[in-house]
Formats: sequence, C-alpha cells, structure tokens
Amino acid sequence: MSRVSLLEVKIPEDRYEIRLSGSGGQGLVLAAMLLAEAIGADASKSVIQTKSYGPEARGGASKSDVVVSTGEIYYPKALHLDLLLAMTQESLNKYYPDLKAGGTLVIDDTLVSKLPTQDYYGLSFTRIAKEQLKNVMVANVISLGAIAAITNVVGLDALLTAVLARAPRGTEEVNRIAVETGYQEGLALKLKKNPPTN
Amino acid sequence: MPRGDRQLVMGNMACMRGAIYAGMRFYAGYPITPSTEIAEGCARELPKLGGHFIQMEDEIGSIGAVIGAAVAGSKAMTATSGPGYSLMQENIGYAYMIEAPCVIVNVQRGGPSTGLPTKVSQSDTMQARWGTHGDYTAITVAPSTVTDTFTETVRAFNLAERFRTPVTILMDEVVGHMQEMVSFPEPGECEVFNRTKPTCVPSSYMAYGPSKTCVNPMPSYGEGYRWFATGLTHDAHGFSTDKPEEVVVELDKLRNKITNYEDEICKVRAEYMDDAEIAIVSYGSVSRTALQVVKLAREAGVKVGFVQLQTVWPFPLKQLRELLAKTAHVIVAELNMGQIVGEVERVALGDTKVHSLLRYDGDIFTPMQFLEKIEEVRS
Amino acid sequence: MSIAAKEAGARQESDVVLRYLRPHVKFPNMWCPGCGNGVVATSLIRAIDKLGLDRDNVVLVSGIGCSSRMPVYLDFQALHTTHGRALAFATGVKFSRPDLKVIVITGDGDSLSIGGNHLIHACRRNIDITTILINNYIYGMTGGQISPTTPPGAHATTTPYGSAEKPFEACDLAKGAGATFIARTTVYHTTQMDRLMMEAIQHKGFSLVEVISNCHTYYGRLNRLGQATALLRMFQEKASVQDKGTNMVDDRTKDMIPTGIIHRDSEKTELCDEYQKLIDSLAKGKPA
Repeated sequence: MSRVSLLEVKIPEDRYEIRLSGSGGQGLVLAAMLLAEAIGADASKSVIQTKSYGPEARGGASKSDVVVSTGEIYYPKALHLDLLLAMTQESLNKYYPDLKAGGTLVIDDTLVSKLPTQDYYGLSFTRIAKEQLKNVMVANVISLGAIAAITNVVGLDALLTAVLARAPRGTEEVNRIAVETGYQEGLALKLKKNPPTN
Repeated sequence: MPRGDRQLVMGNMACMRGAIYAGMRFYAGYPITPSTEIAEGCARELPKLGGHFIQMEDEIGSIGAVIGAAVAGSKAMTATSGPGYSLMQENIGYAYMIEAPCVIVNVQRGGPSTGLPTKVSQSDTMQARWGTHGDYTAITVAPSTVTDTFTETVRAFNLAERFRTPVTILMDEVVGHMQEMVSFPEPGECEVFNRTKPTCVPSSYMAYGPSKTCVNPMPSYGEGYRWFATGLTHDAHGFSTDKPEEVVVELDKLRNKITNYEDEICKVRAEYMDDAEIAIVSYGSVSRTALQVVKLAREAGVKVGFVQLQTVWPFPLKQLRELLAKTAHVIVAELNMGQIVGEVERVALGDTKVHSLLRYDGDIFTPMQFLEKIEEVRS
Repeated sequence: MSIAAKEAGARQESDVVLRYLRPHVKFPNMWCPGCGNGVVATSLIRAIDKLGLDRDNVVLVSGIGCSSRMPVYLDFQALHTTHGRALAFATGVKFSRPDLKVIVITGDGDSLSIGGNHLIHACRRNIDITTILINNYIYGMTGGQISPTTPPGAHATTTPYGSAEKPFEACDLAKGAGATFIARTTVYHTTQMDRLMMEAIQHKGFSLVEVISNCHTYYGRLNRLGQATALLRMFQEKASVQDKGTNMVDDRTKDMIPTGIIHRDSEKTELCDEYQKLIDSLAKGKPA
C-alpha cells in the first residue's frame, strides 16, 4: 500500500457551510429551509439542509445546518462553519468553536451579550420583529434578510421568492417587510463595518 | 432522472411521494419522532387521490389496519421509529405468515427504549431481520439520500407485491429529516409492480400451497374467493395444521419464496472495488460520507473501495462474497454497537480481515473518522 | 304448529346453515359439545341470510380465543388475526373498502383485555363495523383463567381463591366510548339474538352485540354451576327481555342480565361516510 497518510489529506473546500442556531420555537429550522430553497433555486448549486433539535416541540437548543456546494454533497452536516447565526447566548457559546477562522458570525444582540470576538455582525432581530413589525415570529426571516446582505450566499430576490412561497396566507406582507428590513439593516451594518475606500 | 421541477424535499416526504408513486392508497400510523412527517404528508395527500389516511390508537393498531387494508386490496403502508417498530412486531409476523404485502418504514433513532428520539441511529438493523418471533425471512431496504428514498420506497412496494410479504424500509433520522433539492420521476418512468390476481374459479383457488413461483396469486376482498387467512401454521387452503409434513412445507415455502430470488431482491452498489485493498461496507445515511472518503482516498492514491447495501435483508451474501474475495481489509461502518458486521464476517473468506467502525452517540461519522480508521487498518 | 310442520321448519333452517359452512373444513368443529359459540354462529348465518347480503362482500374478522375460531367454519371472506387486534385489522378492511360488510367475532378476553384499546377507539370513531362479543366470563382456550368480565369472587385457574377484581360491563364501556348500536342477549334467547344481529348489521355505525354464553367446561365446572343445560337455564332465569325500546331498566342490581337493545343513536355520523365527504370535496377542489 502507498505510504501517503490519509490524515494529511485535505478535505476539499468546495463547500459553504451555514449553521442557524438558537432555541426551539425561534423558527430556525424553518429559516434554514427557506434559505436552502432560496439557494437551491440556482440549479448550478447543490444544497442540503439538516436539523438537530431536542425532543420537545418548544424550548431547548435548536440548530439547522445548510451546506452549499457546486459539486455533490456527501457528508450532509456542517463541520467547519463559514457562517454562524446565533440567536441565543447558549447557541453562540455552543457553536462558536465550529466557526472557521475568517468565517462570518451574525448574532441577535437582543439576546446575546457576551461575545468571544470583536469580528461579528450584531443586529437586534428579535427587538426589530417585536417593535417595528409587531410580530416576534418573523425575527428568523429578518435574520435571513440580513444574511443576504452580509454574505453572498443568497440574493435578495431569490430569498424573497422562497419566503413568500412558504408564507401562510395573510402573512405575505409582514414577511416581505421582514426580509427587506433585515436586508437594509444588514447592508447598513456591512457598510459601517467595511467603509468604502477610495 | 430528468431535471424536472427541482424542489427542496425532506427524506420523509420523498418516502411518502415514492409510496404514492408506487400506488400506496392506504396509510395507518401513530405519531412518533422522527417519522411523523410521513404520516402528516399522507394525511394531506391521500384523500386528494381518493385514498385513505387514518391515525390509529397505537402502532399495534396501525400495522393491523395496514394488513387489513392490504388483504382487502390496497397497497398499504405505515411509518414509525424504534419504540413503535417494537410494538408492531407481532403483527409484522402475522403479515409474514398470511403473506400480506405491505410496507413498514422505520426512521431509526437511538435506543434502547425511548432512547434518543431526535438523534440518528442504525440500531434496529437486526430487529428488521429478527424482530418478530419465529423463523422467517425478511426483506429490508435502506436508502441513503432523498432521491434514493423515493426510488427505494417504490422498490419496497414492488418487492412486497411481487413476493406477497411485508417489506421494511430502514431509514434513519438523518435520511428522514435531511432536505435536498431533487426532482422526482414522472409517472411511468419507474417500474411499478402490482400483485398477481387469481384467474381460476374460486372453488379451485388456493391462497397458499405449491406454486411455481412460490408466491400464490392474491385476490382482493369481494372478488368471490372468500379465502381464509390465519396466523396459525396452515395448509394449502389456509386452514391450521400441525401435521409435521405440512408444517415443513409451509415454512420452507415462506423462506424459499425469498431466498430463491435473492438475485432479484439483493441490490448492492459498488464503486472502486476492482482493485480495492480496503473496502468500506455501509448502508443508509452512513454511505454518503463513506463514498466521499473513498473518493478522497483514491485521489491520494490509496486503493479504497465502496460497497453500499441497498438491500440489507436478505443479506446480499453472494454479491458481498464476490466483491470482497480479493480485498485484504473490510471496514464495516454502522451507527450501532456492531450489527451488520457479523454478517460481513460470515461472508469474508480466506485472508480478508473485517474491521468495525462504530458510532452510537446520536451523530453520524465525519469524514475524518473514516480517514483515521483507514489509517489504522493500513498501519 | 304441528310437530311435522315444526320438523320441516327445523330442516329448512339447518339447510340454510349448511349452505354457509365451508366445504374444505373438517368437521366436527373445535368447540366443546354444548358450547354457545355454535349457537351464535348459526344465529349469525340466519341473520345474514335473512338480510340477503351478498356473501362475497361479507368479511369476518376475529382475534384469538375459542369464539375467534368461528370464521374458520363460516364460508365468508375471513381474517383470523392476532390476539386482541381484530378491530384494528377490521378498521383497515372497512376504512379502505367501505363497500364491504365487516363483522368482528370476538370474546371477552380478546376484546376487553388485550384488545380493549382497539375496542374503545373503534366505538369512538363510529366506524361501520358490527362486533359480536361472545362473553363467557373466562379464558377458555388457555384453560380457564379470569377475564375482564369474570364476576367478583368467581373461581378460575388464576383465581383459585376467588377473584378479587371488579369486572367490566362491555355494553356500558361501548356506550361511554361512543358506539351507536349496543345490544345484549344470551345464547338461550336465539330468536332475540337473530333479531339483534340483523338490527346490528343493518345499523350504520359501530354496533356491538354482547352475547352472554356458557363455558361449562371451565367457568361452569370451576364455579360448580353445572353443565351447559344448567348454565342455559341460569341465563333463562336471570335474563330480563326488554328489547322494545332504548330506555331499558337497569336491573343488574338484582343480579339480572338485561337483554335487548341498550342504546341506539342514528344521528351520529359514521367514519367512512365522513371521510368520503372529505375525498369528494377535495376532488371538487375545495377542502371540507
């Protein structure tokens, strides 16, 4: 047998790995599904979404992974995160170690106060949902809008299409506003963090 | 498969869609994580097709209703997970005995007992083979992707109808809950098998007893045959017997109708096996990562091969014996404390060494775990 | 009626019964001589015959126990299932094929002990199944153990000092669970039994006919109640026949067996009908 050690083998980096995390009931599994649908609308991309949750329908830790690749996806979960969304302090503490060096961290600063790094995007998804949109249920959708603005993983149009396709009747408008609000907030934050240089 | 309407589909939904594609029009079930989406999907879709969905009082009732609907003339299915699968076992044995075609889905979670309701496992592999009491021969298939779940569900129904027997689909939490962008076959694209019906006059019909194919035709209820089905060991007419010579004929027939057709039933996927020095044998969601690792190893010049058991039971003895004949090492990877590895040990002849890669903490193998195991075997 | 006319009538009746027995089965049957199961079987045959049902569309489903062997001998479509589960199987048959007439034959152990859950839920769903519950107060097939209907103090092989338990009233249970036709009779009252069977089979919804029967081999012997005839005499003496209406006098307090129609509700909707409405409305493109 050849003497190449497989422990030295570099696992190809043709994957973009996303984790949406928080507590049960925050709608993160649904958000991951919407994100996967929006990304997968581009036929050149493979996408796979998995979830991990406790036995309860509400409460407890909850996370959902979305893996994106231009090739086939085999191992279906995320290992080295390119993007971590943490909607609670507990989920941030738990999953921050999985974030790659240079990976993107997005947190809900309504519910997260202790940060392990200065390099993050903090937005008040829950507060915005409650105060501006009068509907705490759409915090997850606002976060998706912000992700679309902060990263290049999904476009605003594809995201809107995916969200509206799944929105229960009568909630289309609040969901549309949620995506757009998140997108605007994300864009502003990104601009603040990375001022244009010319 | 044509690139038709691509959509994000959960494994459990692909199972439901595959079953409907195969002609399933009756579903009885009881909610249990991580299989419940299959029931919810059937509740939504079946009445639109004139089919019937019922949530039964428990899993014993669910499999009972499924068998009742099956002999009455429907293609019928139930889905559950470990605890429910345990409850169903007595009636699954009844289905073997009366030769009722039906499909039982087990989306496996960690056990024993209530175990890990939301975590992946493959620890019901042996239960799918030996779950009910008595001697019998089981058919079990195991999908590894969302697309696979659709096609294997269609195949499970075809096998059930073809051999007049219950068939288990061993899914797992990862396959059941993962969502992938897929497009499904158009109607007519996949073969769908329907049970053979008798053409003789009712007075000469025998539901059991000698037949060329080992499988007797089966009429629907109300077609004039008025046949008798019992869980008691029975004669050719279906009536109970304890005459040793009749008992042996009946039990042999139940076995032979499956073992004589293993070539048709056993499906194994093999890649890079021609010159493989190390083979990885796996099934279910584990096969995804196994294939990735085999490709990585090959790129590094290490001769590793991939074997996926798409049919887990009957164990594909013949195919595995041929595939592993020249392989020095076999790594059997499974999410349990070592179940299918014993079967592989039985087929590994000569100098082939069998190694076990096990995980039973509620998560799947990472590529690195595979690579480490291969290195361990190589050194 | 003259003796000759009576004999001719009996001959005619037994001809009817013979027409519905299976040709392949080796008689005699497995029941003890004098067992009430045969009385119930012939009554069921007469009821089906009088109703003119197409025998190809009649499905007998049973579980495990002496009474559950009945579908072996009767020439209808038959499913002899596992212990206690007959109603679950029957639910699958009926719900998938509402065009079939489904009749469940069960005993007190089969339907009230191991199968109690399926019984109450079949009642609750009001699915159009007729259940003939033959209650002989004991497990016969396994050799005389107590059942959920064994009276307090009664002797069985598992209550050698008398039973300390309280029994179920099958009809009360069925009523509480939502069955819409409930009747009780005994193996002595065959004319009444024929009529109740016919009414139960014709009833749209879940119907239960409890037939009090004799297990002289075990219940009679272990409790020193005598042979079959003695038990039949006891049923004759204890039964109050009052099947004129649904407002029966509950005289069980006087150690009596009230017989007749105990409860009838023709208003409650039936499961298969309701589901068919859903199918039809979805076919028209609007959910119910």
